[in-house]
Amino acid sequence: MDSLLIARWQFAITTVYHFFFVPLTLGLSILVAIMQTIWVRTGNETYRRMTRFWGKLFLINFAMGVVTGIVQEFQFGMNWSEYSRFVGDIFGAPLAIEALLAFFMESTFLGMWLFGWDRLPKRVHLATIWLVALGSNLSALWILIANSFMQEPMGYVLRNGRAEMVDFAALIANPHVWVQWPHVFFSGLTTAGFFMLGIVAWRLLRKETDMAFARQSFQVAAVAALVGSVMVGLVGHSQAQHMVQVQPMKMAAAEALWNTEQPASMSLFTIGDMKNRRDVFAIRVPALLSILSCNNTSCAVQGINELQAAYEKKYGPGDYMPFVVLIYWSFRAMVGAGLLMVLLAAWALVRVARDRIAGPSWLLRILPFALFLPYIANTTGWIMTELGRQPWIVFGVLKTEDAVSPTVSGGMVLASAVLFTLLYGVLMAADVYLLAKYAKAAPADVAADVVPAWA
Amino acid sequence: MGLNTLWFILIGVLFTGFFILEGFDYGVGILLRVLGKNDEERRAIINTIGPVWDANEVWLLTAGGAMFAAFPNWYATLFSGFYLALFLMLAALIVRGVAFEFRSKDQHPRWRDLWDWAIAVGSFVPALLWGVAMSNIVRGVPIDAKMQYVGGFFNLLNPYALLGGVAGLGVFTLHGALFLALRTDGEVRRRAEALANRLWPIVLIVGAATVVASYFATDIFQRLGVNPGISALGAGAAFLIGGWLIRQGRFGWAFAMTALTIALTVVTTFRGLYPRVMVSSLNPDWSLTITNASSSPYTLQVMTIVALIFVPIVLAYQAWNYWVFRARITGKSALKY
Repeated sequence: MDSLLIARWQFAITTVYHFFFVPLTLGLSILVAIMQTIWVRTGNETYRRMTRFWGKLFLINFAMGVVTGIVQEFQFGMNWSEYSRFVGDIFGAPLAIEALLAFFMESTFLGMWLFGWDRLPKRVHLATIWLVALGSNLSALWILIANSFMQEPMGYVLRNGRAEMVDFAALIANPHVWVQWPHVFFSGLTTAGFFMLGIVAWRLLRKETDMAFARQSFQVAAVAALVGSVMVGLVGHSQAQHMVQVQPMKMAAAEALWNTEQPASMSLFTIGDMKNRRDVFAIRVPALLSILSCNNTSCAVQGINELQAAYEKKYGPGDYMPFVVLIYWSFRAMVGAGLLMVLLAAWALVRVARDRIAGPSWLLRILPFALFLPYIANTTGWIMTELGRQPWIVFGVLKTEDAVSPTVSGGMVLASAVLFTLLYGVLMAADVYLLAKYAKAAPADVAADVVPAWA
Repeated sequence: MGLNTLWFILIGVLFTGFFILEGFDYGVGILLRVLGKNDEERRAIINTIGPVWDANEVWLLTAGGAMFAAFPNWYATLFSGFYLALFLMLAALIVRGVAFEFRSKDQHPRWRDLWDWAIAVGSFVPALLWGVAMSNIVRGVPIDAKMQYVGGFFNLLNPYALLGGVAGLGVFTLHGALFLALRTDGEVRRRAEALANRLWPIVLIVGAATVVASYFATDIFQRLGVNPGISALGAGAAFLIGGWLIRQGRFGWAFAMTALTIALTVVTTFRGLYPRVMVSSLNPDWSLTITNASSSPYTLQVMTIVALIFVPIVLAYQAWNYWVFRARITGKSALKY
C-alpha cells in the first residue's frame, strides 16, 4: 500500500478540517471583543446580549479548532518523520514558540473569559477576551511563519545532512509571511462577518423577536465582511505577484499557462490535457495575466513547460509540474467566492446605511447560503497553496516523497486516516447541530444560560 | 551546563507540569461517572476543571513543540515509532476536549450520557498510555542505527510497560480524586474522599510493583547507583506521606503530595535517561541522546532566549487563573459547562 499517498490524504483531510474552524476563531474573537468593548463603554444592553450570543457560538467553534489543532502539532513527527529530522532545526522553533507564546495565552484567557463573567471586574474580564483574540491571531502568525519557510525557505544553510537555522530574524522577516498572514487575518474577519450575516439574515426571515440585537449584529457583521473581503483581495493581489517571483510554477498551474507568454493572457475557462501539457479548449483574455502579475501589459509570465525544463536543469530529472487541474479550479473557486463576497458585503452595507435591514429581501434570502462562501475560499486557497508547491514539501530543498515516515506502514496510515475521517465526520454533525441550535435561540436566553431544549 | 542539557531539563519540566496539571484533569474525567451520580453532580465535577483543562493540555503541546525544536530526532523517532498508540491518544484527547464544551449545551439525557462517556474514556485512555509510553522509553525499544523505530505496535505492549501504564493510571486517578475532594462540596466531596482512602493502598501496591519491575526491566537503578538520590526517595516518601494525610483527612496537603510524587517520578525518570532521550534495545550505541538528537547550537540559543522570556509570563498568568477560580464548586456556583 502506498503510505506516501495515504499520508498525504490524511494530512490534507485533517488540515482542511482544522481550517474549517480556525478562520472563524480568528475573526469572531475580534468581533466579540469589539462588541463587549462597546457594551462596557456605553452600557448598551443590546451589546451585552450580542456578546453572549456570538460568544456562545464562538466557544462551540473554538473547541473544535483546539482539538483538531492537537493533531497538527504531532502529525509532523508521526507521518513526516524525515521532514521533521531534516528541517526540525528551523521548523520546530516557530511551532514551539506558537504553543508557548500564543496557545497558552488563548486557552488560559478563554477559560477565564468563559468562567469569569461574575468573578472578574468588568474591565479585567474585557481584557481576557482581547487576549484571546490576540493569542489566536498570534498563533496564526507563528504557524504561517513555519509555513512560509516551506514556501520560501530563508535563514538556513544545508549542513550536517539537514537544513540548519542560521538567521532567526530572516525566518520572521520572510516576505512570504507578510503577505500570507494579512491574507489569513482578513479572511478570518471575512469568515466571521459572513457567519454572522448568514445567521442574522436567517433569523430575520424566521421572524426575529429581538430586533435591536439583529440590527446591531448585522451592522457589525456587514462592516467586518466588507473590510475583510476587500482587504483579502488587495493582499491577495500582492501575494500573487510575490508568488510569480518566488514560485512561478504555482502561478503557471493556477492559470494553466503551459508555455511562457509575453504579454501573458489569462484563462477564463480551460479544459486542459495534463499529460501532453496543452489546452483542449480555452477562453483567454489577452495580456490580463501580465497586468495581474506585474502591473503592466507587456511582461512575460513563465509557463509550465519552460519551468519544467529550467527545474530539470537546476534540480535534476523529475516531474516538477503540480496537479494542475485541482490548482486551476481551486484558484478560480477562491477568487470567485472572494469577489462574490465583496459584492454581497457591499450590498449588505448599503442596506445598513439606508436602514433597510429588516424587511424581506433578496439579500436576506441569499446571505444564509453565502455563509458557505468564506469556507469555500479558505479551503480552496490552502489547496492551491499547498498543492501548488508540489512536488516539494520545502520548496527547492526537500521533496514530499523524501519526507514521509519510513517506518509507518501503509496499513497503519490507512487505519488512522479512515478513523480520523469517521471521527471528524461525527464531530462535525454534533458541531453543526449545536451551532444551529444556538443560532436559533433567543439572545436573552443565551445571555442567561437558559436555552430550552428543542428537537 | 550546556544548552543541550538545559533543554533536556526544560522538556522534563514541561512534562512535569503537564503530568501534574493534566494528571488531575484525567483523574477528574475518569471519575466523572463514578463520583457523579446525577446530572447536577456531574456538572459540578466538570466545572471544577472548567477554566483550566484547556490551558493544562497546552503543556503537552508546548512539550511536543519543544521536543521538535530542540531535539528533532527525538520528536521524529518517538512519534513515528509509537504511531498507533499516539493515534489512539489523539483520538481520545479530541473527543474528550469536545465533550467538555458540548455535553451541557443540550439537555437531552442521552446526549449528556454520550459525552460523559466520551469524557471518561477520553481521560482513561491517555492516562493509561502515558505510563506505557514513558515505561517503554526508559526500558528501551528497537531503534536501529539510523534512529528508526523498527518494532511493531505490540512491542509496546510488554508486561513492564503495561504495569507502568496501570501505575500511571492509578496515580492520576488518585490525584484527581484528591483534587475533587479539594474543589467540590457535599456528596461528591464525601465520595471523593472515601474513594481516595480506598484507592491509595491499591496505587501503593501497583506503584511498588512498578519500582521493583524497573530494577529488572530497565537500567535506571544501575545508572542512578545504590542510593538513587533524593528524587527517587522523595517520590516514595511523598506518596507515603500522602497516604498518611489522606487518613488524617487533610486532603489539600495530600493533593500536594501526589503532585510531588508525580513531579519527582518524572525527575527520576529523566535522570535515569540522561543523557539519552530514547533507549535503543538493540544496541546501546544506537540510543538517541541529547547530542545526536539535538538541534544546532544556534537554534538552541534562540529557543533559550524565547523560553527565558515567556515561560515566567505563562507561569504567572496560569497561576493567576488558578487563584481567581480557587473557590469550591458548591450548589450555588454558576456552572458554565
